[in-house]
Amino acid sequence: MSAAAPLSLLDKLWLSHLVRELPGGTALLAIDRVMLHERTGSVALRGLAASGRPVLDPRRAFCTMDHVVDTRPGRGDATLMPGGEAFISATRAATREAGIRLFDVDDPDQGIVHVISPELGIVLPGLTLVCPDSHTCTQGAFGALAWGIGSTEAEHALATGTLRMRRPRSVRVTLTGAVGAGVTAKDLALTLITRYGADGGSGAVLEFCGPAVTAMDMAQRMTLCNMATEFAAVSALIAPDERTLDWLQGRRYAPVGETWERAVNAWRQLASDPEARFDAEWSLDATEVAPMVTWGTSPEQAVAVHAAVPLEPRPGRPTESYRRALHYMGLQPGQPLAGLPLDAAFIGSCTNSRLEDLRSAASVLRGRRIAPGLRAICVPGSTRVRREAEAEGLHEVFLAAGFEWREAGCSMCFFAGGEHFGTRERVISSTNRNFESRQGPATRTHLASPETVAASAVAGCITDPRPLLN
Amino acid sequence: MQAFTQLTAVAAPLFRANVDTDIIIPSREIRGVGKQGLAEGLFAGWRYREIGGREPDPDFVLNRPEFRETKILLTGENFGCGSSREHAVWALAEYGIRAIIAPSFAPIFENNCVRNGVLPARLPSAAIESLIAGLEAGRTGRELTVDLEACEVRGADGCIHAFSIDKEARQMLLVGADAIDLTLRHRDEIEAFLDRDRQLRPWVYLQGERDERP
Repeated sequence: MSAAAPLSLLDKLWLSHLVRELPGGTALLAIDRVMLHERTGSVALRGLAASGRPVLDPRRAFCTMDHVVDTRPGRGDATLMPGGEAFISATRAATREAGIRLFDVDDPDQGIVHVISPELGIVLPGLTLVCPDSHTCTQGAFGALAWGIGSTEAEHALATGTLRMRRPRSVRVTLTGAVGAGVTAKDLALTLITRYGADGGSGAVLEFCGPAVTAMDMAQRMTLCNMATEFAAVSALIAPDERTLDWLQGRRYAPVGETWERAVNAWRQLASDPEARFDAEWSLDATEVAPMVTWGTSPEQAVAVHAAVPLEPRPGRPTESYRRALHYMGLQPGQPLAGLPLDAAFIGSCTNSRLEDLRSAASVLRGRRIAPGLRAICVPGSTRVRREAEAEGLHEVFLAAGFEWREAGCSMCFFAGGEHFGTRERVISSTNRNFESRQGPATRTHLASPETVAASAVAGCITDPRPLLN
Repeated sequence: MQAFTQLTAVAAPLFRANVDTDIIIPSREIRGVGKQGLAEGLFAGWRYREIGGREPDPDFVLNRPEFRETKILLTGENFGCGSSREHAVWALAEYGIRAIIAPSFAPIFENNCVRNGVLPARLPSAAIESLIAGLEAGRTGRELTVDLEACEVRGADGCIHAFSIDKEARQMLLVGADAIDLTLRHRDEIEAFLDRDRQLRPWVYLQGERDERP
């Protein structure tokens, strides 16, 4: 690549971290930050300790408690997850041993790893950041190359400060137009996954751009990038702009003073050059997007909330996958989604648990009550989000509407804390995965935005949130 | 890490798209801080009659007598999507699965396979469907040969399909290499990179306690 060749944002991030090319077409890439949590991070730290390899630079690694920790009010170390306390105590011991900063159960900065990393300015534009968690792509919203890895790869990153990696292919995703009222980044993500497939971004880094992206606040950008792993993408990116810089300034681990000024000058270069080449181009007119809801057991199985279950399998997919999904969800081809009675509603997870998400849900719930017999739970993404929401009185809105108001963590997105929904219960959820039995044994998950979850909780059935917007 | 060169073993068809890691090993089946004790929870939601139970569902492919000794899986697109949990690969490996043949894999899962000596082999859907038809008919047995030297899957009926795999992944599997050991050979280059980078991007290099300002 000559110096004059136009570069994509991915190219720039790649080249600035390239330690050396390796035989076989991979590269040794410098890793600036390693994030860990007690579920998979504990295993990585133990593996590393067992092999006698030290952590290269523990000051650039951080750990939190989110996957196992209980979220019921007044929690301690106890959790309903079988063997859960062992993960918590092992994480505590291993991070202390390695000299890694841990945001423990009672820390005022504890929370879901992808929520606290931006809150604390751990992720910054232009960084590489990895975590043994698939939703690490969330943090690409800040113009960092952030992606999920396995525990063994986490050991590699901790021990060597690098990862061996093949350069991902690049896809530019241009979102034109503007979303209508009651339509969110979650709806855009579900629309894209349904259009391009759950493997449509396989091995790629998606760069989101266009007016609909520029108009998004940082919370919406994080939601959009969060769902990139549901396309099987390596990660997602959004070029940093003034909004990104304003959001990060003053965060605890962000640079200050002269170093901040220097960093900002460097970060302003972090955009794809006008003539940059991409391996593929996707586009979507945000104006056309409606609130979305999934009907099946993969995020690619979604439709507009006022639409019906498709009559046929997705082209090219085994018919068995379609039939199994319908059977599992207890649905028929052609059945409308709106009006489907619900047992529970869940607002939380690294996808939609930030202050802005809670404000949106609260704006639907204010002055209303959830349907009788329905169970509804709200789990803020971090202890800071919880604190800030309470300062605004949002908890009172949720509690008055009949929602449970929880401590921060991953919670019932996937059995975290050992809690789950009931057998064959139908749940509308602001989370990211509608996989079989993820939220409970045979539990039927419908993914949607926080607004749609809140509106549906009020109606007691799947509902378009737009008529309820205050 | 165990090397992979060639394997002749029973292959089971599980031709579904988007088999996720929650299906491969449900969260509720991960009970210890370690890589062992996971085989029993493999495909628990499909393999047993009841969630949390242990009574085998006789219809699930791995419970069928002819597929009891399965070491190779034939499956659909985007295998291993979802959660990054490496427990999925640890569970498969502990159960005895050494090779997975699919049209595509989720990237994190594919890496996890390679780091644990499990071969992720990519073969087009049509070839997988034809291999499955042969296995289900059972006329030439239930075994396939997966040859990583030649990058071929061979059936007992004489069919041969060339599969694809990342070059470095192939090399690592063939010799059972430890990635960290390989990378630490470049320690000097890593140090040199860090020395340069500290000048270029000082904000990357945190100072520990000194950064703990409110």
